[in-house]
Amino acid sequence: MAFSAAARQFYQSEIETIREAGLFKEERTIHSPQAADIEVEFPAGSGVRKAINMCANNYLGLSSHPEVIAAAHAGLDSRGYGMSSVRFICGTQDIHRELEERLTEFLGTEDTLLFPSCMDANAGVFEAILNDQDVMIADRLVHASIVDGMRLCKAMTDTFKHSDMGHLEEKLQEHQDKRFRLIITDGVFSMDGDLAKIDEIVALAEKYDAMVFSDESHSTGFIGKTGRGVHEHCGVFGKMDIITTTLGKALGGASGGCVSGKREFIEMCRQRARPYLFSNTVAPVIVAGALKVMEIVMSSTERRDKLEWNANYWRKMMIEIGLDIKAGESPIVPVMFYNAKLAQDFARDLFAEGVYAVGFFFPVVPKGAARIRTQLSAAHDQRHLDIAGEAFRKVGTKYGILGKGKKEIIEMYGV
Amino acid sequence: MDELTRSVIDYIKHEYIEADDDRELTATTPLISGGIVDSFSMISLKRFIEKKNGITIPDVEASPEAFDTVKGIVALVNKLKK
Ligand SMILES: Cc1ncc(COP(=O)(O)O)c(C=O)c1O
Repeated sequence: MAFSAAARQFYQSEIETIREAGLFKEERTIHSPQAADIEVEFPAGSGVRKAINMCANNYLGLSSHPEVIAAAHAGLDSRGYGMSSVRFICGTQDIHRELEERLTEFLGTEDTLLFPSCMDANAGVFEAILNDQDVMIADRLVHASIVDGMRLCKAMTDTFKHSDMGHLEEKLQEHQDKRFRLIITDGVFSMDGDLAKIDEIVALAEKYDAMVFSDESHSTGFIGKTGRGVHEHCGVFGKMDIITTTLGKALGGASGGCVSGKREFIEMCRQRARPYLFSNTVAPVIVAGALKVMEIVMSSTERRDKLEWNANYWRKMMIEIGLDIKAGESPIVPVMFYNAKLAQDFARDLFAEGVYAVGFFFPVVPKGAARIRTQLSAAHDQRHLDIAGEAFRKVGTKYGILGKGKKEIIEMYGV
Repeated sequence: MDELTRSVIDYIKHEYIEADDDRELTATTPLISGGIVDSFSMISLKRFIEKKNGITIPDVEASPEAFDTVKGIVALVNKLKK
């Protein structure tokens, strides 16, 4: 027992500092499956209440889809519950390879390797393929898991201003002396909902002999005409060197991720990526469910079409109500409040109206850019959106911000 | 303003500030705590300063506190140059 009184006191005061800075995160307990209508207990110990969920990554509404659940049940019966092994010892079943083949086909790459999560895929991929002769040039707003993966890699790190192609070009020129250049971006940026200019990035990569990496976690299954991702949307399907994505959002939402791309990169990950080598295989039940998900998304665009319709409807409604949203083409629709407390108060009042959405503020988003991130799902019906919209209107009226732009909201509430 | 301060300010303006951002940048503007530079994007600033001054900044010295203002950065450079 070396957890001394001094150690306890230290950690207690750290936690207090986090709380005082307004950065303390609390879980809300959900008492139902993931869906458009959920049952939430918040704050802890209060009664369970029904709410419309506007903040899940359940983009295609497949998280609790009966066919996915049935396929997972069947997988549980035919392939068991767990494998008790990493992939390369005795943790690879026929269905793991089958899922990797489906993902390869869907993403338009040469091969795919499953990881326990996309966090793990991003943490492991760079170190596995690059060394100190190389440079990684990343958009400044890439996901935290990419930042971590880059930190673990010996290649030089550089960054470019968010979606600024001129700045990226300068960096590519600057690093012509390196052996390999890898441009790194998110496909859809999760906090703003904007899409990377992948077509322009691919053109620059060709001009300056660079490779392109995109994290498609917030686009696989629904962005692009057949839902393949931002590369499909931008007309460069088949041109990506590396894609990482997750099974934990649109593709059923359970867990698991992958690295997909050039055959040699996948082989290098199999040999060297530490989260792949040293963490357990994805459970058979999840693989079986994900195979059904792939069958659904590859056989029809019905769900991504409905999601697109919902996102357009919601964006129009938010604008018509007079809320200040970030323009974009994705089902991530940030409603801007700028002031952190206002965003939090607004979210709390929405919850009282039966709408569940969460406020985001510094350091998750830049200072003075607090927001409520709303996310659409194919599980939403128009009715859900109409009710949620009414709640936004009511709470927006209370705070007097309807019809107000950035400048006026900041004048009223500060940043 | 001395040449070193000027060059660091110019670099930061070009490297971190959006063209449509009219915020003024001085030697005492908070960079990291002000949300202009973060620990991820700071790497190119560190490399610029090292190259320009022919020094290596040890990781322990490249703290968010030392890099929070141009003034702090210049003080660090002068210390390491000695
Ligand atoms: C862009 C991006 N990449 C990676 C991840 C991590 O995915 P996973 O939940 O599979 O670890 C997330 C999820 O939060 C994400 O938003």
